[in-house]
Amino acid sequence: MIEHIELFFKSIFIDNMVFAVFLGMCSYLAVSKKVSTAVGLGAAVIFVLAITVPLNWLLDQYLLQPGALSWLGEEFADYDLGFLSFIMFIATIATMVQLVEIIVEKFSPSLYNSLGIFLPLIAVNCAILGGSLFMQSREIETFGLAVNYGISSGIGWFLAILAIASIREKIRYSNVPGPLRGLGITFIVTGLMGIGFLSFGGMLTGGDEAPKEASQVNETIKIENLEPVIEEEKEIVTITKSEN
Amino acid sequence: MGLLSKKDAKLITDPLADNNPITIQVLGICSALAITAELKASLVMGIAVLFVLGIGNVVISLIRNIIPSKIRIIVQLIVVASLVIIVDQVLKAFAYELSKTLSVFVGLIITNCIIMGRFEAFALGNGPWRAFLDGVGNALGYAVILLVVGFFRELLGSGTLFGIPVLGDPIEKTGLYSIGYENNGFMLMPPMALIIVGLIIWVQRSRNKALIED
Repeated sequence: MIEHIELFFKSIFIDNMVFAVFLGMCSYLAVSKKVSTAVGLGAAVIFVLAITVPLNWLLDQYLLQPGALSWLGEEFADYDLGFLSFIMFIATIATMVQLVEIIVEKFSPSLYNSLGIFLPLIAVNCAILGGSLFMQSREIETFGLAVNYGISSGIGWFLAILAIASIREKIRYSNVPGPLRGLGITFIVTGLMGIGFLSFGGMLTGGDEAPKEASQVNETIKIENLEPVIEEEKEIVTITKSEN
Repeated sequence: MGLLSKKDAKLITDPLADNNPITIQVLGICSALAITAELKASLVMGIAVLFVLGIGNVVISLIRNIIPSKIRIIVQLIVVASLVIIVDQVLKAFAYELSKTLSVFVGLIITNCIIMGRFEAFALGNGPWRAFLDGVGNALGYAVILLVVGFFRELLGSGTLFGIPVLGDPIEKTGLYSIGYENNGFMLMPPMALIIVGLIIWVQRSRNKALIED
């Protein structure tokens, strides 16, 4: 249970899809001019992520991982179809988005019209494919955790686009210098929000995890934390030696 | 230029400045920001996009008359995904450390809006040679921004360029470090890339007033 809560808050605040790893920036920048469309797109992203991440988890678990095919028979246990991940993931995503488009058009034509071209564009939104790829590279262990990850990373993206849309609506009435107007100031404001979100880095138990782009960064931080301890031990050894 | 006509040469030079895919067309932002903490990663990413966009543009242009319009997004995705798988496997084979740094962002080239954007905007309506030039031009424009951001982030963040210390040695306190200069570790954090791109946009639009939005 605790790992579910941990993953939930970690995906929303620390590994936020927009501020920590910059996924989904294109539609984030294009749709954030009005809060109402931003909310609609954010909700659609949460929905698509919540469906595609668990689906791709199943694909990864039973088809793509090294040794995953052993349920077919012993002779298949050596197969590693990992290189097919990209094509399989994007295929499920494109299919699910097409399905979502059909459902939205049927049940809420007004939302369908206001989202326009951006609904099919969710298929190529880096956030969706990124969610699945991070699920694979971080080796999420259970189906429940995969669902959790899909929903929480979607919520993180939703939070980001809601915040920037609200700020952009207000900024229209401020005195932004000409060359910065529109795109430039949005980049800088997003950067400042990212700096703000960095403050969540100390939230987890242990406190030595930092927002990271690749697991390598985390490992180097852990190694650096070990060094002062070794130096203290050396001091104790030298002091005891001089006493003798 | 003897090899390229004036119109064709524009296909390469336009995206380098006035029609830059990142700062003007607002495409391809995702991977541009996340991996630019090191110049080496930026360069490799630029080369990868050059490969995928150049060849992808040619392939799509060659089959543009036989793709049924309803499934063209799927066909484009398959072409891009296959090319990216090749790039990913080559990287894992010949530059494993770098492929670990780039991690999922090589795969995310598939959803890099520049590639799909250029397929739709150019390759579907032009011949293979011009499509190739357009692909090369846009990939170079993308690579230029990546290299500029990577340059500042690596220089100010770790005092190195391509891994070679250029400001002196921070531990031995030689060079610039002897007068008390410290590396700005913050530059290596993701949000700074956003702010640097914002500043690049500021510079670019100040020089070309026509690009200012209202």
